Amino acid sequence: MLTFAVRRLLLLIPILLGLSILVFLFVRALPGGPETALLGERSTPERIAQVRAAYGLDRPVHEQYLSYMGKVVKLDFGTSIQTQRPVSEEIARRFKATLELTGAAILFAVLVGIPLGFVAGRRPQSWIDNLSTVGSLLGIAIPVFVLGYLLKYVFAIKLGWFETTGRQNVAISTEHPTGFFVLDGIITGDLPAAWDAFKHLVLPAIALGTIPLAIITRITRAAVQEVSNEDFVRTAEAKGMTKSVVTRRHILRNAMLPVVTIIGLQTGLLLSGAILTETVFAFGGLGSFMASSVFTRDFPVIQGGILFIAVVFVLVNLLVDISYGLFDPRVRNA
Amino acid sequence: MSLSQGVEAVESADSSAAGPPEEAAGGLWRDAFRRLRHNPTAILGAALVTIFVLVAIFAPLLAPYDPKVADLSQIRPGDFPGPSREHLLGLDSQGRDELSRIIYGARYSLLIGVVSLAVGATLGVILGLIAGAFGGWVDSLVMRLVDIMLSIPGLLLAIGIAALLGRSLKSVMIAIAVVNVPVFARLLRGSMLAQRRSDYALAARSLGVTRSRIVLQHVFPNSLGPVIVQATLALATAIIDAAGLAFLGLGSPDPSIPEWGRMLAETNSLLATEPLLALWPGLAIVLSVLGFYLLGEALREALDPKLRR
Repeated sequence: MLTFAVRRLLLLIPILLGLSILVFLFVRALPGGPETALLGERSTPERIAQVRAAYGLDRPVHEQYLSYMGKVVKLDFGTSIQTQRPVSEEIARRFKATLELTGAAILFAVLVGIPLGFVAGRRPQSWIDNLSTVGSLLGIAIPVFVLGYLLKYVFAIKLGWFETTGRQNVAISTEHPTGFFVLDGIITGDLPAAWDAFKHLVLPAIALGTIPLAIITRITRAAVQEVSNEDFVRTAEAKGMTKSVVTRRHILRNAMLPVVTIIGLQTGLLLSGAILTETVFAFGGLGSFMASSVFTRDFPVIQGGILFIAVVFVLVNLLVDISYGLFDPRVRNA
Repeated sequence: MSLSQGVEAVESADSSAAGPPEEAAGGLWRDAFRRLRHNPTAILGAALVTIFVLVAIFAPLLAPYDPKVADLSQIRPGDFPGPSREHLLGLDSQGRDELSRIIYGARYSLLIGVVSLAVGATLGVILGLIAGAFGGWVDSLVMRLVDIMLSIPGLLLAIGIAALLGRSLKSVMIAIAVVNVPVFARLLRGSMLAQRRSDYALAARSLGVTRSRIVLQHVFPNSLGPVIVQATLALATAIIDAAGLAFLGLGSPDPSIPEWGRMLAETNSLLATEPLLALWPGLAIVLSVLGFYLLGEALREALDPKLRR
């Protein structure tokens, strides 16, 4: 198991290196280069030369790359142009919001999707199966920002159950030891603050979690249906094992393999879906920060942010592969 | 009114167009087409797609007004004229006819979707073909490049590219095209590897057919099925991504261009008072996406030998 994990980890190194080169070269291949991004189209040659020297843009590309990577491994992504603070600090602070949102979205998708897919898979063609099929179809076709608007209008503006924007009421001043607002409220014992943060979190989490919900439901349904027809399930039933034991030990455990994969892949994808959701709900996470950096042409943030999210995405996929090994001895020993 | 006529025309056109798609295509395609005609999901998907395409093509004939002409005299803050006989879907915040903007919006969605997909899929197919045909270190090199590109979530990659290229429809198309390249490369390569091991490839080789001929005339055409399915599904994603980029403000810098995503973004502050203005572009996006999605899924089922009964 350990060698499996280490081998997968080693395979990551060329991918991450290639990725960093690609992102780095891309920013430099822009028309006008990063200095145009910094200064805009209208600038004097002297000013451009000054900025090029300040950012080391006048040195050979491979030197620039090596010095950039030398800093990146020390988690130094440069300084944000719009906030004039270290990019790594900005990313770390906002990533917690994105992580809270993504976590809540995946939780919603898993808690609803697996039971729904399971029931639908066990009872094909029943009303609940048909409902889940139509629902998951719609869930995939509705973009997060359209769904976000819909949820916001119905549940926040019309019914007033939840909040429309932000992470917490600005009037609430509470401590944030972890940066996850709901958890912070619970830890500090400030339950009203936790409840308020929860009310801000629900709608964005549902909007973001709907596509993974649709996909998890579909995959669970297909896997349960397939496994239910396997010989070993029939054997177990013929042996006289109770239905709940067969369900738990034979069907569920074997059907969970593809589901775990898809949960992992979706978690990675949510990190980019969160850009749109955070914009709709003004949820101050990494996504909306990246979106605003796009307009200020804050290239250190764009470059660092893409690199950071890609690394997280790759690591999540690695965890999925390793968990695959945990669930399935065949993968582990291959 | 013109819209509902369009619907009927579309449906009759849809059933009358039911002939063999290509004479050269073999039994697989004819079989698949027969199955599609009897699949209600496929018909619904095809109908939605046809409406969308026709609306996009005939936008100048269908739209009652110029989508770019603003008439601020009819607009007062907090009081927008809603749907009326003159303006079926009402006016937007600049006093432009909403229906005309939705109709012209189909044009931009289709244009961005088709161009970006054509470019992305072609490049991806070429890369996949090179990897699948040569194998060895060429294959490894291409696939590592694909792995790297796939390690950035698609939408994020598109946002990064569109952002760095600057705001324009061309940047959006390039961004979405780039996102599609690794997907198609990996798909075609995988499909070709499976075909290369098939009995007919072996038979051709034992007859002394050259490798390049086996690859180009036998393996490649037979590997295209999944690519066509993916292209249909990728069009749905391309429309969503294009709308998403426009929603973030990365589309055309000209605010009068009616992009569905931007129209939706403009209603953010009006949601409490003018929810209908958010509903129309939202509905347009969902229906066009659903069309390509249903059609793609039905196509996948129709082409899958395992699902044939």
